[in-house]
Amino acid sequence: MKSLFKLFSIIIIIIASNSYSFAAEKAEYLKTDWSFKGLFGKFDRASLQRGYQVYTEVCASCHSMKYLSYRNLAEPGGPEFSEVQAKAIAASFEVTDGPNSDGEMFTRPGKLSDKFVMPYNNVKAAQAANGGAYPPDMSVLVKARGGGVDYIYSLLQGYEEAPSNVSLDDGVYYNKYMYGNKIRMAAPLSEGLVEYGDGTNATVEQMSKDVTTFLMWSAEPHLEARHQMGFKAIVYLIILTILVYFSMKKIWSRVESEV
Amino acid sequence: MSDHDYRPKSKVGQWFNDRLPLLTLANHLTDYPTPKNLNYWWTFGGILTFCLITQIVTGLTLAMHYIAHADMAFESVEHIMRDVNYGWLIRYIHANGASMFFLAVYIHIFRSLFYGSYKSPREIIWILGIIIYLLMMAAAFMGYVLPWGQMSFWGATVITNLFSAIPLVGEGIVTWLWGGYSVDNPTLTRFFTLHYLIPFLILGLVVLHIWALHVPGNNNPVGIDIKKPSKDTVPFHPYIVIKDGFALLMFMIVFAFFVFYAPNILGHADNYIEANPMVTPAHIVPEWYLLPFYAILRSVPDKLLGVVAMLSAILILAVLPWLDTSKIRSAVFRPLYKQFYWILVADVLILGYVGAMPAEGLYLLIARVATAYYFLHFLVILPVLGFKEKTLPVPLSITEPVLGGSPNLAAARNKESTIE
Repeated sequence: MKSLFKLFSIIIIIIASNSYSFAAEKAEYLKTDWSFKGLFGKFDRASLQRGYQVYTEVCASCHSMKYLSYRNLAEPGGPEFSEVQAKAIAASFEVTDGPNSDGEMFTRPGKLSDKFVMPYNNVKAAQAANGGAYPPDMSVLVKARGGGVDYIYSLLQGYEEAPSNVSLDDGVYYNKYMYGNKIRMAAPLSEGLVEYGDGTNATVEQMSKDVTTFLMWSAEPHLEARHQMGFKAIVYLIILTILVYFSMKKIWSRVESEV
Repeated sequence: MSDHDYRPKSKVGQWFNDRLPLLTLANHLTDYPTPKNLNYWWTFGGILTFCLITQIVTGLTLAMHYIAHADMAFESVEHIMRDVNYGWLIRYIHANGASMFFLAVYIHIFRSLFYGSYKSPREIIWILGIIIYLLMMAAAFMGYVLPWGQMSFWGATVITNLFSAIPLVGEGIVTWLWGGYSVDNPTLTRFFTLHYLIPFLILGLVVLHIWALHVPGNNNPVGIDIKKPSKDTVPFHPYIVIKDGFALLMFMIVFAFFVFYAPNILGHADNYIEANPMVTPAHIVPEWYLLPFYAILRSVPDKLLGVVAMLSAILILAVLPWLDTSKIRSAVFRPLYKQFYWILVADVLILGYVGAMPAEGLYLLIARVATAYYFLHFLVILPVLGFKEKTLPVPLSITEPVLGGSPNLAAARNKESTIE
């Protein structure tokens, strides 16, 4: 019995340390307390809503989020804007639709069922507008980077003057958390860049945290449901395991052998 | 089967059973005499059956929503994660289920290595197991390609390119595998087809594996032949069923932890970036369960020889029953083999570790030493050990050390407690 536990834990530690070692090759990331971590982790609703504001006012001018729809903003487990608010948000975007009965494409205000409007029509257009660098789609960005939320959070605050021994080309910036320290994106956030509706002070740190929380949700929209179900499932399994254990003891007591 | 004389009680049962003896089969399975001293390492056979069925059921469900097309595969996976009811749950069970499957199969294989379960008369069970393991690797590799992320694409490129090492026809084979001149849509659709097919092949082989097992019956921790049925055995049901069930539940708790709280920890972040043939990832690494073989592949400087070494590392297992010359099955009574066994376990773990690291400098050196040792273990140590080793006295039956107060008792108990 004990050895079974031992083996499991050894293997888990080996696997975990292995996968962490990929992330650990960079500078120590900035830490903050994420409300969505842990067994009962949930998103901070207000932070998600602020994060959406940062995304839409700042990031969205270059970064698409092609797997999200406006309806997601009103769904449980997300920013949970009211349906009226989400409809208003959707309607504030011009969506190209068609062709109509005349064979023409036309624009109309967005609806809840529409996907997030993309800043560029295609990858080439995005590259042309950004000096050849493609601003990655942000839908699953958090899961697509080794350090996850800590990496994104740190990167947003990691802009510095380049050390004297590093020379930067035009349109390239120095970021101490970026792989190779060179990044094509200028520091996107600055003190007071957005004006939060709820009166929160829009420091770079605050905005980084809010938008990273939003990105975590966009990458894992069912995270809360997953945590809740996980807790129930594991408690259920533990209780069942205990019951089965005693049944097993009872049954095996008929033969003089230890289980 | 010792229960050919089984007769169902009811008339209908008899009528049916005379025409298709399913009830005889069911009776055989429930009464199947099992050594009563099986420890928890023997529960992984049942756990693996659970893993296979879980993968098939979740896989079928995913296939209803997945689109095997280079332009849509990545998006369809996101569709599953976002819009399909409990799609995230099904996909995370399937993705982590592959890892759990391999975790269980490695324990199952190493259990067999420790207790000599591959030895006569169980060679066919063992060889079937190796074929199942090979098919599992093929299925897992192709499954990893389906989400069409960066690691999918580049993993497929690296692995399929291995075939180009074959002299003369290599390039032709690679083109044939790809269905074109690079990994592209035709590659994806055929991988999807094969990924769908292989689990059912595995299922068929599992039936043969169990059938072959039921001819000689289970090996056991003492590794001796026992009379069946006898004081040494218990019927499969309820004794083994409940014990396997208990172990399975423990396994499911670990499984659930990964699915619900760390669903992506065993994967690679790059696979959430859509496949891009123009951008090569910094490190191309396979899934953790293939890393030891990846390390062996990279430790040989020549491409063809590397592929040969990697394949040999797996195929050498198939001839293991004839490489191991010892007449004693269980490592409990083989003091030297037991030490070499644990060195082999460490060796494989080290290979797995360096397989995840860049193939350069110290890592490469370690990989080479570990690779050499891996082959040394099977080709030199095992054959020689059978002749040289002084084994401990083996009890005559499972109950003997318990009831008879035999001099082996203390030794057997001690040995068992150190490994349990």
